[in-house]
Amino acid sequence: MTTKPRTEQEFLDHVQAGGLVESGDWMPDEYRARLVKFIEMHGNSELMGVLPEREWILRAPTLQRKLALTAKVQDEAGHAQLIYRVVEDLGKPREQCLADLVSGTSKFHNVFHYPTKSWGDVGVIAWLVDAAAIISQKALLKCSYAPYARIMKKICWEESFHILHGRDVVLTMMLGTDEQRALVQEALTRWWGPLMQFHGNPISADDDPTYQWRIKSQANEDARQQFLDGYVPQIWELGLIVPDPKLRQREDGVWEYSEPDWDELKHVVTGHGPMTEERLGFRRTTREETAWVRDVVLAEAA
Amino acid sequence: MGTRRRARRGRVIFEVFRQERAGQAFQHAGSFVAPGPEFAEAYAREFYGRRGESEALWVVPRDEIAEIGEFVDELHRNYHRVDGYSLREKLGRARERAGTATSAG
Repeated sequence: MTTKPRTEQEFLDHVQAGGLVESGDWMPDEYRARLVKFIEMHGNSELMGVLPEREWILRAPTLQRKLALTAKVQDEAGHAQLIYRVVEDLGKPREQCLADLVSGTSKFHNVFHYPTKSWGDVGVIAWLVDAAAIISQKALLKCSYAPYARIMKKICWEESFHILHGRDVVLTMMLGTDEQRALVQEALTRWWGPLMQFHGNPISADDDPTYQWRIKSQANEDARQQFLDGYVPQIWELGLIVPDPKLRQREDGVWEYSEPDWDELKHVVTGHGPMTEERLGFRRTTREETAWVRDVVLAEAA
Repeated sequence: MGTRRRARRGRVIFEVFRQERAGQAFQHAGSFVAPGPEFAEAYAREFYGRRGESEALWVVPRDEIAEIGEFVDELHRNYHRVDGYSLREKLGRARERAGTATSAG
């Protein structure tokens, strides 16, 4: 039997001591607002993240790849629904989330604002973008907001399939013709910048309000170091070149790298990425075109 | 079943409980919105069963779940709990009385 926190300070002490929060519990307005913003962006990213891959379903090289890619798209759309449910229980309806997404009011992750130029991009996205994402998502298993942490188990489990799929695509191409190998290298070169920006600027955990509230459980730079540690050796062993001459691991294990382009990150996530308008437009159109399905289903059920 | 339920229909929140292996306890897995039980079953199968990751599912409208979260013990009924039984001190004295107490005890 524990006493539930009743004041902002008690609440802060509670979460900082590893305490968890359920949807019916009292919580400070700022905590709720930050949760909604953070989780909604995650949901948006899952939903927008299917679009770069969707473009390649019809062009997938084999039936098996086509099915695997379709399954990945289904997984990501399922994650979006799970995540939006958490946001709904915090007080923001899904319809409102979708409206804010297509109007450009809310944000989604930088990596989903870029084009998918070749099948090499599809492999690199599923392997490395999902790898970067799973590092953030694994850290969210420890989120102070328990309903969000709980759904992360299923999400991380499914993401691990995506990494397998992506790595398999990349390995297959690296075993193929020179042209195929070149496609992977070009894709890696294109995606490296956005991948290095993905975990955000190296703000210290003490200055990061989402960490203070224990929504996040690790600092941005820790996540990036974990990504480099896990994946750079895997990239190098295939003979691929990471397009950063400064990239190296120091004796103490810390990775050094060229400063990521933070201006680009800011520019892209505020709605100015190369594919932002087109993809939001697509979302807007499909939302209108499928409105009748929702109307019929809801009318029949009523 | 009156008007309250009908008014809600069309947008019901279902909670899903998942049993991972036969014999294990069902654990809460997540929730979704469905227009009714038929959709709920289809959604539950897609969300929690398509990789064969579940032995069985319970799909329950959230409003049908009664949650109890406060357990006030006004009468301090510690005889329901371990802390109601302080055997150690009594055992020590009983051993002394029986002459079986060790020097360490």
